Amino acid sequence: MSSQSYNNLTRGIIRENPTFVMLLGMCPTLGVTTSAANGLGMGVATLLVLILSNFAISAVKNLIPDMVRIPCYIVIIASFVTVAEMLMAAYLPALHSRLGIFIPLIVVNCIILGRAEAFASKNGIWQSILDAVGMGIGFTGALTLLGIVREILGTGSVFGWKFVAEDFDTMMLFIMPPGAFLALAGLIIVFNKITGACK
Amino acid sequence: MSYLAIFLSAIFVNNIVLSQFLGICPFLGVSKNSSTAAGMGMAVIFVMTLSTIATYLVYHHLLVPHHLEFMITVVFILIIASLVQMVEIILKKVSPILYQALGIFLPLITTNCAVLGIAILAAQKDYDLLHSVCFALANALGFTLAIVIFAGLRERINVNALPQSMRGTPITLITAGLLSLAFMGFAGIGN
Repeated sequence: MSSQSYNNLTRGIIRENPTFVMLLGMCPTLGVTTSAANGLGMGVATLLVLILSNFAISAVKNLIPDMVRIPCYIVIIASFVTVAEMLMAAYLPALHSRLGIFIPLIVVNCIILGRAEAFASKNGIWQSILDAVGMGIGFTGALTLLGIVREILGTGSVFGWKFVAEDFDTMMLFIMPPGAFLALAGLIIVFNKITGACK
Repeated sequence: MSYLAIFLSAIFVNNIVLSQFLGICPFLGVSKNSSTAAGMGMAVIFVMTLSTIATYLVYHHLLVPHHLEFMITVVFILIIASLVQMVEIILKKVSPILYQALGIFLPLITTNCAVLGIAILAAQKDYDLLHSVCFALANALGFTLAIVIFAGLRERINVNALPQSMRGTPITLITAGLLSLAFMGFAGIGN
């Protein structure tokens, strides 16, 4: 793999992590991460839509007139989101009902339109897919991590497996809305500390 | 559901930003000072109400009769994007003063997930037209209330000394968390 491909693939995972560094797609990040499984499900759904939309947009980029490119991108993204939503309703109905309104809202996730505009509209198909995979993994990792932290603090379990006694008092606050903000703030502080120490 | 209950629930109990997490991007991005925050709030009230009326009419008179409910995401986002463009053009011509106040916020609103979210939620909840309008207006007011209070808080934070790694985003998120905690005190009203 050439160094450019490697660079495009790994950029989104740490250096330009969409959640911790660029603060994109905050609504699903805060809204669905009440458990690790929800975070992972949302992340994978976004990852799939991102790969498909980056692929499609870089494939048709020369056919789209510059003036109307944003509406065209939005239609392409919305179509893939509809497909993803139907697949999820058919095969993972429980996850589909837990994520609820946030599945159609993948359309307005700034990460997807942002990568379409900043990367897929200027680069070839293969590089765009690598970029989408990197960004998608960065986003999925961040959501899963936030989900794990909130689930451990809020319910004392990981991916539904409970490791504290039944009557143990967990910090319920962390699976309620304020806990989303506080847990993400904590993770970003840790992330800044680590990346700051590496510089 | 009575109109009063819709308003109380949307503004205080299930605040769109602080408990449903819709419209977080403008909430964090455009809240550095209170006057810009108020401008953003006004623009959201304007666009959210209009777009909910437009999407209601299209959904119930075009999509449902032709059994095209699965197209809801594609159709709604296109309606909202074109509506925002149209409002911008009309406002520029008809009311330059209002355009100056709201103009810079309008393009940002297309990517505001709160607008699309509320349009889809109103369709899912099967509200009639008047209930949908109330629902959209109440949620937009809730958004404005949250962002104006939040901007006021952030103006105070700017003058405080903070550890290096907490500056910027982390302290903003902690403030939002505390505000959300305060809004949890309203839980139970209107049930």
